[in-house]
Amino acid sequence: MDRFVWANGLLEMNETLVIQQRGVRLYDGDEKAKLDVGVVLLSTHRLIWRDLKNHECCMAIPLSQVIFFEEQAAGIGKSAKIVIHLYPVSPNKEPGPYQVSKFSYIKLSFKEHGQIEFLRRLTEEMTQKRWERTPVSQAMPTATGPQAGRTRAVGIVGIERKLEEKRKETDKNISEAFEDMSQLMVKAKEMVELSRSIASKIKEKHGDITEDETIRFKSYLLSMGIANPVTRETHGSGTHYHMQLAKQLGDMLLAPLEERGGMMALTEVYCLVNRARGMELLSPEDLVNACKMFDPLKLPLRLRIFDSGVMVVQLQSHSEEEMIASALDNVSEKGSLTSEEFAKLLGLSVLLAKERLLLAEKMGHLCRDDSVEGLRFYPNLFA
Amino acid sequence: MHRRGVGAGAIAKKKLAEAKYKERGTVLAEDQIVQMSKQLETFKTHLEEFASKHKQEIRKNAQFRVQFQEMCATIGVDPLASGKGFWSEMLGVGDFYYELGVQIIEVCLALKHRNGGLITLDELHHRVLKGRGKFAQDVSQDDLVRAIKKLKAMGNGFGMIPVGGSYLVQSVPAELNMDHTVVLQLAEKKGYVTVSEIKECLKWERERACHVLDHLLKEGLAWLDSQAAGEPQYWLPALFSELSSRDVTPEEANQMVP
Repeated sequence: MDRFVWANGLLEMNETLVIQQRGVRLYDGDEKAKLDVGVVLLSTHRLIWRDLKNHECCMAIPLSQVIFFEEQAAGIGKSAKIVIHLYPVSPNKEPGPYQVSKFSYIKLSFKEHGQIEFLRRLTEEMTQKRWERTPVSQAMPTATGPQAGRTRAVGIVGIERKLEEKRKETDKNISEAFEDMSQLMVKAKEMVELSRSIASKIKEKHGDITEDETIRFKSYLLSMGIANPVTRETHGSGTHYHMQLAKQLGDMLLAPLEERGGMMALTEVYCLVNRARGMELLSPEDLVNACKMFDPLKLPLRLRIFDSGVMVVQLQSHSEEEMIASALDNVSEKGSLTSEEFAKLLGLSVLLAKERLLLAEKMGHLCRDDSVEGLRFYPNLFA
Repeated sequence: MHRRGVGAGAIAKKKLAEAKYKERGTVLAEDQIVQMSKQLETFKTHLEEFASKHKQEIRKNAQFRVQFQEMCATIGVDPLASGKGFWSEMLGVGDFYYELGVQIIEVCLALKHRNGGLITLDELHHRVLKGRGKFAQDVSQDDLVRAIKKLKAMGNGFGMIPVGGSYLVQSVPAELNMDHTVVLQLAEKKGYVTVSEIKECLKWERERACHVLDHLLKEGLAWLDSQAAGEPQYWLPALFSELSSRDVTPEEANQMVP
């Protein structure tokens, strides 16, 4: 551990970042170092360790100090480790966190895995020895101490360099995460955040991630994801499955139904639900069967089938009594109404408006005048 | 201590430097966006590839499935990418046609505000293909027709209207269609409308206008005058009394209502 020198966390002119891994604990030989778990970075020139929270706490060993390294496999309750053997301390070494150490090797303990890739990259760098070909612009071990950190690489060049590094790192993170399925599973959380930050930055500039309105709509639908969709695998088949499904639909459809005036075509519901479910597709038949359960389960939704054969899901607050009462109110107020006028008043389709008036007529609250000018409804004064 | 740069020259110099920094800053910012867009594109390609190759694995792990969906949502990638496979091809079973159904409805819904729920099969085909990723299997118009037929289980709300060798896909049933109301409003001034009036005032496609007018005829809400000068006029008898009470002279009214 006494080979470490304080560093400022910035890369030098000709230095590039190779890989970084979170959740790494340092060992001074066989003893746990008195430091928290941190991030270990491998550059073309150095091995850098940085505290996770306090970024000022950062130290490095030049790769030229490394003699060889070996892998130590994980055991029960033990994380996998990489043991790095180091040359003796040079006399003109700059200060670091440890003045003395009885060990001539350190260990990196990988709490959050990633050691395989790290080892591969380390091997690559150690064979390529890129630090010899392109020495950094300034003397390597930078002795700025943790407080004085971040003094170099200021100005526009420094910013540009940092941006470029960041971009490279992101590019690499993406390509690594998508190397295979298991990699992506491990890095999923990181990738979700990365995708969000990229998308939000682009939105800031362009207003949206894409010009295409169908793709924007898709992304909107997908964002209403259901975490645990009811599936046949989890809830068996038959009535029980459809009942559970109906409950879940009841929860997720209330808000969209209210937005759309209390009624939605079943096909629209189908699209909405399946998008929210992601890859757990629901068949049209299952959806219809689940919707038929709304009534027996006393949920505030209903499946309604029009005479035309059109199916819709509607809020129960659209109950017949209320519809009739509102039809009667409107007709009384205007003296008389046709279905077109009523549709305009309520912002409904003509067919629905007509249906409501007919319903009110059937219940005896309205009466009709059927002439060449069309069908007109009046309050039923005999009722 | 040495004082520096206080004269007019220093101010000018400073201003120049500031301008240069600013210019460089804009270049940097633009560069950043270009880079970000590239990363977004890579991300998209990767996600599409994974969605088509690792469907079962993604489905198996609940936590990961949620995360995958989140990524798809932020980037705008379609997670549904099942291949057609032998059974779908032969029997029409399996996820392929269901997935296609979801994608079809989605396109229709997204464009509803512009086309009123009527879209040609050609345009629908084009849009669906665009929404499916690079790695998803190609779909033909025939596949679309099959997928739409599968939606029949959910009632008559979604249908195909044959027009001249192809189809119009109708996604909004008459029960939920506001087009009729809009046309009736347009007709209020004169008591009648024509197809070209609708096209001009409402910026609708010809098919959409004809579709609405045909429906009004069928429902008995409109009468057709096919001998009118120029093009056929659709008269709305419901508006007659209102018109005649307003600015139509009795003689004219007599002519209007024989």
